[in-house]
Parts: sequence; structure tokens; C-alpha cells
Amino acid sequence: MTLHPTTPGFKDNAHQALRDPELQKALGHVQQGFIYKRQSAVERLPEFENLREAARDLKDHVLKHLDLYLETYERNVIASGGQVHFARTSAEACETIVNICKSHGAKSVTKGKSMVSEEIGLNGAIEAAGMQAVETDLGEYIIQLRGETPSHIIAPAVHLTKEQVEVDFRRVHTHLEPARDLSEPVQLLTEARGVLRQKFLDADVGITGANFLVAETGSSIIVTNEGNGDLTQSLPRVHIVIASIEKIVPTLEDAILLLRVLARSATGQDMSVYTTLSTGPRRAEDPDGPEHYHVVLVDNGRSAMLGTEFEDMLRCIRCGACMNHCPVYHAIGGHAYGWVYPGPMGAVLTPSLIGVEKGGHLPNASTFCGRCESVCPVKIPLPKLMRHWREREFERHLTPAVQRYGLKIWGFFAKNPGLYSLATRAAMTTLAWLGRDKGRFTSLPLAKGWTDYRDLPSPQGDTFQAQWRKRQKEARR
Amino acid sequence: MSPASARPRVGLFATCLVDLFRPSVGFAAAKLLEDAGCEVLVPPQTCCGQPAFNSGDRVTARDLALQVMDAFSGCDYIVAPSGSCTGQMVKHFPELFDEPQLAMRARAFAGKTFELVSFLTDVLKVTSVEATYEGRVTYHDSCSGLRELGIQSQPRALLATVKGLELVEMKESDVCCGFGGTFAAKYGEISDAIVTKKTAHVSESGAPLLLAGDLGCLMNMAGKITRQSKQIEVRHVAEVLAGMCDEPPIAARKEMRR
Ligand code: SF4
Repeated sequence: MTLHPTTPGFKDNAHQALRDPELQKALGHVQQGFIYKRQSAVERLPEFENLREAARDLKDHVLKHLDLYLETYERNVIASGGQVHFARTSAEACETIVNICKSHGAKSVTKGKSMVSEEIGLNGAIEAAGMQAVETDLGEYIIQLRGETPSHIIAPAVHLTKEQVEVDFRRVHTHLEPARDLSEPVQLLTEARGVLRQKFLDADVGITGANFLVAETGSSIIVTNEGNGDLTQSLPRVHIVIASIEKIVPTLEDAILLLRVLARSATGQDMSVYTTLSTGPRRAEDPDGPEHYHVVLVDNGRSAMLGTEFEDMLRCIRCGACMNHCPVYHAIGGHAYGWVYPGPMGAVLTPSLIGVEKGGHLPNASTFCGRCESVCPVKIPLPKLMRHWREREFERHLTPAVQRYGLKIWGFFAKNPGLYSLATRAAMTTLAWLGRDKGRFTSLPLAKGWTDYRDLPSPQGDTFQAQWRKRQKEARR
Repeated sequence: MSPASARPRVGLFATCLVDLFRPSVGFAAAKLLEDAGCEVLVPPQTCCGQPAFNSGDRVTARDLALQVMDAFSGCDYIVAPSGSCTGQMVKHFPELFDEPQLAMRARAFAGKTFELVSFLTDVLKVTSVEATYEGRVTYHDSCSGLRELGIQSQPRALLATVKGLELVEMKESDVCCGFGGTFAAKYGEISDAIVTKKTAHVSESGAPLLLAGDLGCLMNMAGKITRQSKQIEVRHVAEVLAGMCDEPPIAARKEMRR
């Protein structure tokens, strides 16, 4: 039961988003906070650029030998007493997890933050099977209360202001005294923690995502700032790790390389507050931990990206820096993208996962400013990959007809310099004459997409080339 | 350099926007190059093919890349008053060809192609210009020039030598203006939100003149500035560096001239 994409309605989504004053206020924080914090973290670490290159090379190496590392990982999970399940599709992944929960008679499931669980629509599947799914990350908890999806891959509720969250808490947490002060984020966190404490204790199964899966030890690693992941994975009887296949790294050392670039790129921290490893179920000598340990590895379209021009995208470590630095994301927020993954990484990944027919707007809705690529810790050439989607759309005639014909006519002239010169000289001198008083056009029938929002400067007169040739001739005389 | 003359033969790729909308930028570029000792040629030209390339039409992009390379084959250098078109020629022409011969040719072409201001400073080692402009200006870093070609300090260094000119930095001068080629028309509403933030930063800087090195971005920002009735002039950086500010600013009526 995957989330139904509203990506085909991207333009309408964006239109709504631009007119939502609360959203626009909340987005102001993305533009300020994240960028400045990342910048100062990077400046504190002189070798950061080298680390990015090493991180890129490491992920490329893993992707070349993914089968090998997946097998090693599986062997080591089994050796530590856990089980590994491979799921080809979201449906298979949901079914596997629901079955594990059912086989343990689970009623309540706690969850750490996991984007792949959003991708496969896991909460819906758990609830459809008659169990309760409780998100324990504060941001995820908030959007679950509101029946929303995350709008950012590391800050799921970044589209909300704290005033909106207070209203939701008062609506759902009916035990709250009206006089209780909830005006500061930390007070909201304390309140959520109070409510979640009982949920942690009641849970039968805890599900976490994974930032990295370590092949040599069979461990999964999560990073959090709230510690909710630790309680999710150590208190219940059953721990399920859900992760997509590209999360594998060969060794702990490799994981540390990626950890060094991850938090700095994401939140500007040197390290997240909690970095937690889990390896199999509790051993006899362990004071606590789950009795059962399962890993569900999700493919869901990723292996089909291997060996294609989109393979680079599988290097992504989900830090969110690309969206934090994206002018389009800043303008419209994450929900407008219409599916799980927003921003530049979503613009490349979404068409890979739901098809370019549905996701086609996203790689087009970019100015190609390149800021995403310049901050990506694993150096994914995001604009280039978006362009590859545009190429696929063009080849398959999915590009809108107006644009196709426009390009065709323009291409015809551009390839015939003689005709081009005649046509442009006529057009420019006419336009220059029409715009001679104002120096600009406030509305032009064929350029409405432009003139609806801004004026079109009028040309100065004849073309540069024509004027240049004229001057050369005069100079020779 | 060709043996017949000591002066480098520089092919000026005006860019289609300058050719069509603002020839004065082409003449300013030619003056800067000539002042720096170059022989300037303007071979017949249309477009570098970037609109096709970024629309996914690789075939047309290739055809136009070949056309540009043929047209400029007799030049020692190819110079364009635009980071964006230069980025296309330097970074993307080589990506367009899988055939070894053509790929090699595209790489060689890329190796002698430069954006105007960085060509002056980095290749010709120009350290100052003969120009005067009384007043404060602010400078927008266009994305391709900044991130594909690393152009940031060069225009500032030359602007610092213009007599009377004071450069005041705006906030987030390195953030996109929302132009993005066809993006501005295809996703006009989003583009508008982005350029609105940009013009707010321009206003806050207090400078009455906005400069940048790419006509596309300039037309976008100027078009927004006049739509908002802001009293800010907009020009290509080459016009100020060449001391050629006689034409009215971009999108301005004649009497707005300073
Ligand atoms: S694409 Fe790069 S910047 Fe964006 S989330 Fe992935 S790793 Fe981070």
C-alpha cells in the first residue's frame, strides 16, 4: 500500500504551497538554519572535500559489488542470530513485516524514523492488519498525529510552525491542562516523550530503519538526535530493521567515513547525538535487547538502476543537504513534490521508483543551479541525472507538445545561420520598435509564462552580429 | 596563437541572448578584449545548444555543438560574455560525443573556451580596467559561472579597479535568481517566488545598480525589478568594466538613463 503519488499535479501542488502563509513561514527556517550550520561544520574540518571524494568512491565500490556485500552481510546477520528477508517490491516488504509482527502476536509496534518505510507505506499495512503503529521520532510523531507524510527526509515536520504543532498536541493529548505552556519546541518534546514512554513499554515489535548496514559484522547503524531509536530497538521483544539494499558498507571503518560526512551535511553537527549499532538479538550475557532480530532488505526498483545512468543516485546517504540548498524546495516545500522523496534527490529518485510518466515534472522543475551537487556529500551529479530524465522523456515523446514543437522550430533556425539571421533581425527590429517607449513588454502573447510574472526587456534593435558586420564594413572603407 | 600576428585571435561567442536582445554587451566585450590586446572575430553564430541539451534533445544539442566548433575553428580562443553558455561549451560539449575523434575535438575546444571576465583576469592577466562609474553596485553570481567555472573573485577584482565604483554585497549573492532557461516560463510561478527573494536582497543592499555576468539572469531580475517598480538599474558587468553605459539599462526606458 504505497503512498499514492500526487506528482502529476506538481504545478497545482506548488501553486497551493506558494499561497500557504504558514508553510512559507516554516520554510524560512530551512533557508536559514541548515545552510549556515552545514557551512560552519564544513569549515571546521579542512579535509571535508577529500572525505566527500572518498565517500563517493566507497559507495561506487559497494554498488559495483553489491551482491557480494549483501551475501556477506546476510551471512553475518545469521551468524549473530538474526534473520534476513529480501523483498523485491513494497508489497512484499510490507507483507514480510506484517507476517513477522503477526507471528509474535503483536498488537503495538513502535517505529524509529525510516524513509523506506514511508516509501513502502508500512504504517498503512500494519494498521490494515489490525495493529497499531506508533512513530517515535518527534517529527514523525507530529505528522502521524496530523495524518501527513514527511516533507523532508531528515526533518519530517519542517513544513510546520511550532504554533501549529501546539494546536495538534492540544487536540490529541486531551490530558493537557490549558494552562500548560507549550510555546517552546523543548516543551513540545517533553510532552511527546511523556506520551511515548508508555508506548515504548507497551510495544511488542520495534521497527527501525538503518543509515548503514555493515557487511563484515552484520550490524545495522542508526543515527538519531532524540534517542528514540534506541528505545525502539532495545525494549520490545522483536526488532525489525528495514533498509534498502544500497545501505550496505563493507566495514565499520567505511561506515565511519560516511558518518563523518553525514551529520555535517545534514544538520551541521560533527556527529549526531546518538549513533547506535545493533547486531543480532540479545545474547545470554546481555542485560537487555530484543529476543528476535529480523532484517528486511528492500529492493523496490533499485537493482534496476544498477548499471544505468541513474546508478549514481544509489550513492545517496539521505542527508537532505540537496533539498536544504535548493531554491525550488525553499519556495514550495516538500509536499508539493507529491511523493515520498522531495527536493533534488527526489527529482531523480522518484521517477526511478514510480515511473517517469508519473514523476516527470520533478526533473524538469529545476533551474539547474547546481547548488545541490556542490553540497552533496557523495557528489551525486544531481542536475546531470535530472537531465537524463529529460532525455528519456524527450525520446519517449513525453515532453509537452508545445515545448517539443517550440524546440523543433527553434532548432531548425538555429541550425541554419543564414535563415536565423534573417528571421531574428526581422523579429528583433520589430520588437525593438514595439517596445521603444517603455524598454520592456508587460505582456506578450507567446511569452505569457514569462510576462505573467515579470516584464520582458525589449531588444535594443538590430542584432549584434548585423551591427558588428556593418561596423567592420564601415571601418574598412 | 597564430604565427601571423602576436595578438591572440579571439572568437567572440556573443551568445544568442546578447545577439538578439542586448548587442551593447557584445560591443563591450569586444572593447575589453581589444583593450587587452586581442584581435576579435565574430564568426556567424546562432546558439550553443543549451536549450536543446537541457530539454533532453541531445541530437539537436550535438548538431549545434558541431556547428559552433566548426564556426570557431580558426580561433586561438573562444570567449563568451556568459557563464552559462561557456559552461555548455566547456563542460557539456565533451559529454555529448561518444565517438573518440569528436570527443577529443570537443575537449580541445573546451580547453580554449573561456567566460569573458575570467578570460581577462586568468588568461590575459588583466589586473585593472580603464573605466569610471560613480556609485554603488551589487553583483549577482550566476549559477553556471559560479559552480561550473568557479567565477566569483574575478569580476569583483576588476570591478574594484573601476574609478568611483563601490561594490556592496547583497545577501545570498550566490543563490539562483530563478531563471533556469526554459524553467522561467515552464514553471513561471515557482521562478517568480525565487526571483522575488532575489530582488528583495538586491533592494536591501541599497545599491542602485545590479550587475551580473549572464544576460538570461539579468533579464529575469530586471524584468522583475521593473514589474515591482523598484528604482534599481540592471546591467551586464561587461558594460561597466568597458565603461560603456550609454545605452539605457536592461528593461528600462530611455529617460531612466543616469
Ligand atoms: S542526494 Fe546527496 S545531498 Fe541529497 S540527500 Fe542524497 S546524499 Fe544528501
